[in-house]
Amino acid sequence: MGKYIRLKKGFNINLLGKAAPKITQAEQAETFVVKPTDFMGIYMPKPVVKEGDSVKAGSPLFHDKKHENVLYAAPVSGEIVEIKRGEKRKLLEIKILADKKVEYDQFRKYSISEIGNLSVSDVKNQMLKGGVWPTIVQRPFGVIADPALTPKAIHISAFDTHPLAPDYSILFRGQDQAFQAGIDILRKFSPAIHVNVHTTSEISTVFSQVKGVEVNKFSGPHPAGCVGIQIHHIDPINKGDIVWTLNPYGVIQIGKLFMNGVYDASRVIAVTGSEVKEPQYYKTYTGASIKKFIENNLTNEHVRFISGNVLTGSRIEKDGHLGFYDQQLTVLPEGDQYEFLGWIGLGTKKLSFQRAFGLLSFLTPAKEFRLNTNSNGEERAFVQTGVFEKVTPIDILPTHLLKSILAEDLDEMEALGIYEVIEEDFALCEFVDVSKHNVQEILRDGIELIQNS
Amino acid sequence: MKFIRKQLDGVKHNFEKGGKWEKFYFAFEAFDTFLFVPNTTTGIKGVQVRDAIDMKRLMMTVIIAMVPCLLFGMWNVGQQHFLAIGQVATFSEKFWIGIVKTVPIIVVSYGVGLGIEFLFSALRRHPVNEGFLVTGMLIPLVMPADIPLWQVAIATAFSVVIGKEAFGGTGMNVVNIALTARAFLYFAYPTDISGEVWTYLGEGAKTVAGYSGATPLAVAAASTGNVVSDLGEFGKSWGANGMYSFSNMFWGAMPGCIGETSTLMCLIGAAILIATGVGSWKIIVSVFAGALGMGLFVNLVGANPFTQLPAHYHLVMGGLAFGAVFMATDPVTAAHTETGKWYYGALIGVFTVLIRVFNPAYPEGIMLAILLMNVFAPLIDYFVVSANKKRRLQRATV
Repeated sequence: MGKYIRLKKGFNINLLGKAAPKITQAEQAETFVVKPTDFMGIYMPKPVVKEGDSVKAGSPLFHDKKHENVLYAAPVSGEIVEIKRGEKRKLLEIKILADKKVEYDQFRKYSISEIGNLSVSDVKNQMLKGGVWPTIVQRPFGVIADPALTPKAIHISAFDTHPLAPDYSILFRGQDQAFQAGIDILRKFSPAIHVNVHTTSEISTVFSQVKGVEVNKFSGPHPAGCVGIQIHHIDPINKGDIVWTLNPYGVIQIGKLFMNGVYDASRVIAVTGSEVKEPQYYKTYTGASIKKFIENNLTNEHVRFISGNVLTGSRIEKDGHLGFYDQQLTVLPEGDQYEFLGWIGLGTKKLSFQRAFGLLSFLTPAKEFRLNTNSNGEERAFVQTGVFEKVTPIDILPTHLLKSILAEDLDEMEALGIYEVIEEDFALCEFVDVSKHNVQEILRDGIELIQNS
Repeated sequence: MKFIRKQLDGVKHNFEKGGKWEKFYFAFEAFDTFLFVPNTTTGIKGVQVRDAIDMKRLMMTVIIAMVPCLLFGMWNVGQQHFLAIGQVATFSEKFWIGIVKTVPIIVVSYGVGLGIEFLFSALRRHPVNEGFLVTGMLIPLVMPADIPLWQVAIATAFSVVIGKEAFGGTGMNVVNIALTARAFLYFAYPTDISGEVWTYLGEGAKTVAGYSGATPLAVAAASTGNVVSDLGEFGKSWGANGMYSFSNMFWGAMPGCIGETSTLMCLIGAAILIATGVGSWKIIVSVFAGALGMGLFVNLVGANPFTQLPAHYHLVMGGLAFGAVFMATDPVTAAHTETGKWYYGALIGVFTVLIRVFNPAYPEGIMLAILLMNVFAPLIDYFVVSANKKRRLQRATV
């Protein structure tokens, strides 16, 4: 039996534009990209393809210079049309012009009973070659897992509490078998696999029927869905521990690699946000161009496209592509307008976690807000208002940890629990911050500091 | 609105890098952002939407919470004035005297303080922080109505420069800035801020026969017999009968600093701060609880007549309520950890009563108690943070 953990602290950001529960087969996107910048901890990625090459789905595109065996694969078949580099020739993205029909690189297929008999090294080899290894994110630090290390546990968050997050029972409908196969593979690395579900939403059979795992239940607002928060309550990470985390999508991909012998990057994404005419789900592949999803589907021209959700996502252009881990596109109005005396006016249109004078959103907790990207104020000195602690449902003192990072005090960072958190766990702190600091950036700086020390 | 925006945009380039008034960029920014919430948007990475709160709104909430104390204080200045000179006056006459005495202090406090803030923002190249909006209002509220304005100016300058900027500016100060101003005057010009200075009498005005301007704390400290009956007797001879009864002290029509006398108004302020979540209820509650507990304890000890004062009297006398609600809750100088706030507040209450009843030199203890605990707050936090670290270490070794 798994644990039942009730979380009270946190905050749900209710936004307008939740995806309607239907999956549409849109016209296939023309281009797909893989961005090495999506992968935390990757070291000097080296492309193994040239512009003009043709690739199949599952063919390697580049690899890490430190861990050459970890391959990053093409999501679809097609022609490499662009290898984009930035400053100091940093590899930014590899763009593929997709074939009409996806062709796959063939890897070895296994039956269910064969999977049971595979050794760890066989499994590891196929996963590394088959392009699914980067779906495994290692804690501490939230980096791509090091194949040389063995985890003490594997954690899978089976729900997403981020704003406008896709419903996992829609994303992974009918993938029961592949998920089970993925779990069977992962059990070879560690027998302690935790699948964490939320109590309030209907639990998909993908997660409720799965065998060989511990199913833990969580209740409470965001960040209950963040796997770092869950790990803290189930089996916290101590110094020296290695823990793996995966999105259910990664588990399914691993399962399919062994069951069907292909790197299957097909996925369902949610197109959400107040500026989308018909927010709903679409079938596509990893790293899709967003062009087809937004064509004739916007209510407003002056918008921001976000790959991912509004807390942890990143801004992309209107001809941009979704990130490797992002199963969601959010479209919000840009907020680059001035507002006369906007800092004191009464407001039911603006959302706030706090209740300071004039902020009335706490009166309507169920209301869905149309927020824009304005920062609603200027960056100011760090004033300790105690609000970070109210949105961090773990026994870690966010303010003190952040201050130790600013002071670059490594011992203090370690003692205050930096091994347990990554950006998404502190994203709400950044949202509620009165002084408008980039909390997630500060945290990543701290992680990199301690990683490189 | 568009016209103002256009004017601002028109002169903005002068303040930006390379412009002729580059040095005053942050001064310009302060005015600009006061009029308009700027058009800055969130970055490429990180959160894409932000909470509607900002520093200005947070500080404004505290100022709104102080308004009941300020308005009551203005009326009370007039009330005490006419009582002392034995004249009957209408409500508006009393209020007018209050405005005349109070507004100049507020103007001087804001003028000097903001002037220094702007100067430092130009010298140190940091934005003008809104923290002084609150400090600039707190300083007048803890001054006697009759304080010379030049003293207000010096005290404000001292507290902003030495109390805040010397430590690195907003968010870095160790002790409460408004209390630093008051403490400065207390030690530099004691004759103007202690003793019977609290009532504004007016140039050459004649007080009524038998008049005394002693505060309840002074009466209690001077008492040789029963404190409660001494307080009750106060004012009988000159028409201020019952001024120091418990209920009247709660209401607040008595001599004292401009904003501190009314416990009721402080509680309204506390209600605003707690309802908006801006002030820590833990600190407010624990200051009162600490003072009440210590009051009961000294009742048992009974070393001098003052110790025999019923504990609940301590809560309505002097500036305890004002200090608990507006000074102790300053998030920068209070304990930062949630557990630490309980200890911090309770110790303020305890020390206040301790200083009051056992130290004849300082009849009012709340100012010194808060300053003392400001200094010790990091130590309290140190213990709470250490406990957090220890839990993590123990977990690792089990």
